[in-house]
Amino acid sequence: MPSAGRKTVLRALLRDPMAALGLGLVTLFVAMALFAPWIAPADPIRLNVVEKFQPPSLAHLAGTDQLGRDLLSRIIYGARTALSIAITAVGLAGLAGLVLGMIAGFGPRWLDGLLVLLFDSLSSLPMIMFALAVITVMGPGTGTLILVVVLVSIPAYARLIRAQTLALAGADFIVAERAMGASGARILLRHMLPNVVGPLVILLSMDIPVVIMLEAGLSYLNLGVRPPTPSWGNILYDGYTSLRAAPYMVMIAGLPLVLSTLGFTFLGEGLRDALDPRLQGRGAR
Amino acid sequence: MTEAILSVENLSLRYRVPGGAVHVLRDVRLAIRPGEVLGIAGESGCGKSTLAAAMIDLTGANAERTSGAIRLRGEDILHLSADDRRRLRGAEVAMVFQDPMTAFSPVLTIGAQLVDFQFNRTGASRRDKWQAACGMLARVGISDPDHAMRRFPHEFSGGMRQRAAIAAALLMRPAVLIADEPTTALDVTMEAQIIHLLRELQADYGCAIVIVTHHLGVIAELCDRVAVMYAGQVVEEAPVDDLYHDPRHPYTQALLACDPARIEERSGRLPAIGGRLPDLRTPPPGCAFAPRCSKATARCLTDAPPRVVLGPDRSALCHEVAP
Amino acid sequence: MLRYAIKRIALAVVILVTVMLAMYAMVFLVPGDPASLALGPRATPELKALLRERMGLDEPILWQVWHFFRSALTGDLGYDVWSKRPVLDQILEFFPNTLILGVAALGWALALGIALGAAAVVWRDTWADRLLGVVSVGLISVPAFVVAIYAILIFAVWLRWLPAIGAGTPGDPASQIRALILPAFALGVGWVGYLARLVRASLLEVMGENHIRTARAFGLPETRVVLRYGLRVAIIPTIALLAVGLGSILSSAVFVETVFGRPGIGTLITGAVQKRNYPVVMGTVLFMTAFYLFIVTAADLLIARLDPRVRDAFRR
Repeated sequence: MPSAGRKTVLRALLRDPMAALGLGLVTLFVAMALFAPWIAPADPIRLNVVEKFQPPSLAHLAGTDQLGRDLLSRIIYGARTALSIAITAVGLAGLAGLVLGMIAGFGPRWLDGLLVLLFDSLSSLPMIMFALAVITVMGPGTGTLILVVVLVSIPAYARLIRAQTLALAGADFIVAERAMGASGARILLRHMLPNVVGPLVILLSMDIPVVIMLEAGLSYLNLGVRPPTPSWGNILYDGYTSLRAAPYMVMIAGLPLVLSTLGFTFLGEGLRDALDPRLQGRGAR
Repeated sequence: MTEAILSVENLSLRYRVPGGAVHVLRDVRLAIRPGEVLGIAGESGCGKSTLAAAMIDLTGANAERTSGAIRLRGEDILHLSADDRRRLRGAEVAMVFQDPMTAFSPVLTIGAQLVDFQFNRTGASRRDKWQAACGMLARVGISDPDHAMRRFPHEFSGGMRQRAAIAAALLMRPAVLIADEPTTALDVTMEAQIIHLLRELQADYGCAIVIVTHHLGVIAELCDRVAVMYAGQVVEEAPVDDLYHDPRHPYTQALLACDPARIEERSGRLPAIGGRLPDLRTPPPGCAFAPRCSKATARCLTDAPPRVVLGPDRSALCHEVAP
Repeated sequence: MLRYAIKRIALAVVILVTVMLAMYAMVFLVPGDPASLALGPRATPELKALLRERMGLDEPILWQVWHFFRSALTGDLGYDVWSKRPVLDQILEFFPNTLILGVAALGWALALGIALGAAAVVWRDTWADRLLGVVSVGLISVPAFVVAIYAILIFAVWLRWLPAIGAGTPGDPASQIRALILPAFALGVGWVGYLARLVRASLLEVMGENHIRTARAFGLPETRVVLRYGLRVAIIPTIALLAVGLGSILSSAVFVETVFGRPGIGTLITGAVQKRNYPVVMGTVLFMTAFYLFIVTAADLLIARLDPRVRDAFRR
């Protein structure tokens, strides 16, 4: 499989205006997450009830919430919450999917059958129902959220890896390697791994916005990130409860969610088109 | 000699493909006279289907005309607006396709489609169109046409579908009917019936027919004249009897020499000739057939062959043919 | 076909059983027992014991599993100790609301999605096609509950055209329809983009088929070719996929229902999760999974029936 150089990928992304826009938005949010303590004008959880419900002004660019906390700072720290959860969860799921998929594709047939049944079962669960069931048992929190995402995403990743592994297992160079007496582990690590990782990374990048949405949604229901940790979901909930008193809260709090999911989706689509057109059609949902 | 109804003049056409272009038609010249039956023969990949598609302006989006003209009654149709060209299709030039199984929409009744196909017939009511379609179905030998109009294509047999396709093509009394491999998908009995039907209809309606086929038997039975194509060019053009009895171009000779149809009537498919078709992404400078030709000389490989006129209706594209 | 059907149905049953077992296993693998989690740290031991008994948690595990399976098979999903009502009764009371919401959302999304997908094909490879592509991706990626909140802000709070919460007054269809509009809008937005893409892809594939070339060969205008000849065939797989869509839209209705305070499965289960009301959560998840599996399996069988190889036998 020809691997496009990093520069060519970047150039391809910048040529596609939507992918470039996505890249810009993603960079913005990543910067927000990384440098939150330096960018944020105020402490995101410090209460200041005297200044509650202040509409946007020079002192508070995005206004303050019902407890007088600076909204812009909360949103900036919210980027940190959203991205760290999304990247951790998707990364862990990708790793687990990689291992399980390679085992299924390369291992004995009975194990393959068992794993495929497991993937089928997991992926036929309605995602949100499953998430709610796990939360009931484990209690809401960041760890639960990550666990849910990992469990729900494994099947898609593992299936992709399994299919790639199976396809590669018949490739000439693998057969030759085997005939020369290479061990299974060596074949997996030296030859399969580099070949199957590319498509997986694309799929992972396309799932980041889905996880951001799930985190925000569950935090909105107060079943995800626990307050006072700022999350775009619970900021939105705060805004919703003061919809009439301070409509600016909702208006502002929805923006980072919309922009970040748009950004990641456009970037993911651009990456897919630039790297692997065969994956077309594997969008969100 | 009568004025051509449809003529292809020095047409070159290429398909854009990743990393270049395939030159499928190279300087093709062909004239179809009113009421004649012209056969276009050649191996698959020689460009004959593309030529047929070009005559009715149905080449795909990646096709690109690099030179030449297609004239209908003297007017270059490629200079018309897209809408005007569209209105010519079916009305002036109609087409019958190879595979009757897939030529009709599976989810509309035959009747609905036959009425639709008269879209460009102005001044006719739906009722008129329905009656016309019904009459035409009866004419091509489908019994109980009223009933047939209400059926779906999958309820027809292959032969019936091809009859319906021919009926559709004749609905608007086109001046030229192009049939792209009209019998290839059918069995031998069906083939004979369809050939018989085409000959009958041609006598009745007097439209010119262009038959595109790799089946020399069909051409021998139906056609007045033949154009033999090779690698995107017409290499020999002749009245059908002359061609069969005295083929002049080495390619035509090779085709006929190993054509089982000459030994055993009527089942002749084109046989394989030794060697391979040239790669049309980079057409050879000389004669495209030279590498496979037993008579080739040095100049055949380097110089483009001339069109040698062999008679009022005959020509061949070859260095080695004497007039 | 029959073999495939049997295999597919058997798979669905196996999956459902696996899900039930997994859920049960989860409850017991996690430290702390459901009763004390539900009642919180300040509950008296007596109260906990009482709740444990009510929930059947004092019996041996295997017996509980057996009991759970046996009752689930007979449609008994347990008893809710809080509301003192059978779980199934509550589910059946709320489910129609969610179903109506899902069908309404999918319905308008389908109508618009088909229109946009067909338009993209009519104008394929032009700026309009690219614009529609970008819009579709945009719609897919915007979270439904954010749309819901913005919709409330604009149409309920500022313009006051439509109610912000509730499902309307029972017995008053006009108010129920008014209350349905915003939630169905919010829930359907993402699907518009998704369906538009799907219809476009499916239609483009059909546009390469021979019967399309026939229609063109008779000089039909491109719009008519796309709408009458392409779309009719292209829509078959889309309709079959809709069933899958309905299955997943019902579970994503959770957020939208909560935002609009609309009684339904979503509000039922989020309330139960917040109270850690095990029987209701388990029962609802099981019910929705079963419903989802049923629909997905039915859709798979339908798709198999409409497979191109048998599509020729397809009738209107």
